[in-house]
Amino acid sequence: MAATNGSKVTFLEAIRQAMFEEMERDPAVVVLGEDVGVYGGAFKTSEGLLKRFGWERVIDTPISESAIIGAACGMSYLGLRPICEMQFIDFIVCAFNQITNFVAKGHYLWDAPAPMVIRGPSGGGVHGGPFHSANPEMYFVHTPGLKVIYPSTPYDAKGLLKSAVRDNNPVLFFEHKFLYRRIKEELPAEDYTVPIGKAAVRREGRHLTILSYAAMMHTSLEAAEALAKDGIEAEVIDLRTLLPLDEETILQSVKKTNKCLVVHEDTRTGGIAGEIAAILCEKAFDDLDGPVLRVTSLDTPVPYAPTLEEAFLPNAKKVFTAAKELARY
Amino acid sequence: MKKELTRQQHLDLYYYMRLNRAVEDTMVKLFRQNKIVGGLYSSLGQEAISVGTAYALEKKDWLAPMIRNIGALLVKGVPPRDIFMQHMAKYDSPTKGKDGTSHFGDLENLHIVSPISMLGDLIPVMAGVAIAGRYLGQKIVAMTWIGDGGSSTGVFHEGLNFAATQKAPFVLILENNQWAYSTPVRRQVPLENLADRAKAYGISSYIVDGNDVAEVYSTAREAVARARAGEGPILIEAKTFRRLGHAQHDPAEYVPKEMRAYWEARDPIERHEKFLMSEKLLDAKGKAEIEKKIETLLAAEREFAESSPMPPPELAEQGVYCTGDDCHKIAPRWERPKSEVMPPKSSVAAVWSVEGFGQGKASDGANAPIHFGDTPEEKLADESKPASRATPKTSAKKLAKAPSPKPPVRRKARR
Repeated sequence: MAATNGSKVTFLEAIRQAMFEEMERDPAVVVLGEDVGVYGGAFKTSEGLLKRFGWERVIDTPISESAIIGAACGMSYLGLRPICEMQFIDFIVCAFNQITNFVAKGHYLWDAPAPMVIRGPSGGGVHGGPFHSANPEMYFVHTPGLKVIYPSTPYDAKGLLKSAVRDNNPVLFFEHKFLYRRIKEELPAEDYTVPIGKAAVRREGRHLTILSYAAMMHTSLEAAEALAKDGIEAEVIDLRTLLPLDEETILQSVKKTNKCLVVHEDTRTGGIAGEIAAILCEKAFDDLDGPVLRVTSLDTPVPYAPTLEEAFLPNAKKVFTAAKELARY
Repeated sequence: MKKELTRQQHLDLYYYMRLNRAVEDTMVKLFRQNKIVGGLYSSLGQEAISVGTAYALEKKDWLAPMIRNIGALLVKGVPPRDIFMQHMAKYDSPTKGKDGTSHFGDLENLHIVSPISMLGDLIPVMAGVAIAGRYLGQKIVAMTWIGDGGSSTGVFHEGLNFAATQKAPFVLILENNQWAYSTPVRRQVPLENLADRAKAYGISSYIVDGNDVAEVYSTAREAVARARAGEGPILIEAKTFRRLGHAQHDPAEYVPKEMRAYWEARDPIERHEKFLMSEKLLDAKGKAEIEKKIETLLAAEREFAESSPMPPPELAEQGVYCTGDDCHKIAPRWERPKSEVMPPKSSVAAVWSVEGFGQGKASDGANAPIHFGDTPEEKLADESKPASRATPKTSAKKLAKAPSPKPPVRRKARR
């Protein structure tokens, strides 16, 4: 890694830097959302943007998710590159129709690119309850025309958000709020991007592959350390982008380890694990020495009480147990 | 108002209405020959609205049609062949057969945004177009249409409210044809005039006789000029009637006969033609020439459309994403210095300061406080004399409506 700016930054600060630098680079980049201006966003991800870039480029909107997405789409038709904030990603479903029918289908149907980013804090583990903890990524992974990013490190968050802003397609960018202030990383001082659609091998191993993303990537790494003590070397892969999925990296790893465990915080039924299992059946059936297993949240809403939420979420112990079971094959 | 228009304007409006109807008549024939793949929606009797409003736009302006706005597309410059081919799912159609009807657009040349079937979604999108145009210094106006039915969707309200808070140069035509499929407007909205919806957003509105093309045009022209001048969004309710069913399959037997008869007697094309003849702006010879011109044009356009092939099956999986560097050609067209929106010029004090806050500007002229403590004390002292509290500057102009025509909608006709 090249020169850094010397200090470690949080996941949250990495996102702020990405927006700041993109707005500095290109006057076509604007930000809109609820309380993104004067207040700097509910999590302060847009703090300081209004002061520097003014009212025309940092737009505080009414509580109208469909209007935010719709207006951003219209702006993109004139060549602007809007970044929409959903105050909590749970509220993205208020604009579901606007995203899935208008934004996503435009290029296929009438050649209209919509270069826009929809970003917001997602995920549980912070006792936000059923309406402030969601992982709604799979609604959108099932929507052709969108790209879906879900990073796990400050470096990736910054680099992928920049790529998203520069991409000519609508990109959904999920930010796991558990990570916002919990992890820090030194970032390069100069401009950099991380390519969309590429997974990253976070830990090399030969006994089994653990595929994960976002907060669960860290959980998976934690489990891998424990597994190593038992003599099981797990390869941990961070998917980073869910749509398009980096099949090549997944297949490469599974062909090496012959076993695959998928870990995600999203609920079980219809989660990305099912899709990955299908891909492995289609393209790596002969390489598999055991079933594709998954560790996921329960098929329930996200409960509020800490005891319930703990039962709901995957953790390192659950990943460890599943990996041990898989390793027996 | 009619006298303000030039002869050419009157004749253009007549031509486009005739063209609109002839294009749709041709499509009915195609439909009966099973050449139209999906549904066919009609704007019979509503041509004056599509034509009169779109005619008020400049070339650089943007529009987004709804399902009954073929006339607006023709005025904006879409060739009839594109409309025929869209309906026939042809490979040479603007969407190459991927979508039908008026669901197509043109970002680069004609500035048309494609609609989707979900009603109201175009409103925030066109608000965004208007805001972006202003941001880039282009001085454009964005226009779209919505029906009486679509005005009850959530996104209608979200979009119009957002446009109003942004003072977007946006004109919304509320085409009240009195029927949302089979549901009459009285069962949808508890308002006599749908233009009253504008009050909720503090924006100006007009009510026009939607079957009088000259009045529609003059009103739209004024609204477009006001929006362009920075007055914010403007709503025009055009009262009209859907003469056919929701689409070709629907005989619309639920519509009272007297109601249909009332509106058939007020056909916008016949009305305008009568006016043109009586004012000696058009004679029988001129009319025949226009008819011949349209007939020749549409014969050629139809032939072109019919000879276009169906799309090849491999097209089905192409074009979901914009790939490569060449795909996205819509670079922003700056018509103001970029430096105005970049630091240091763009930098502001990041605190709320809202001009006119507490002046009650949006509350129908009455100077009501928005929040406790917002109203200066001397105004509170005036409480007993409401007349003196009005701020004549804003209230009179902002809430002015064009002189409403004798409402063409008579309740007795709609039992």
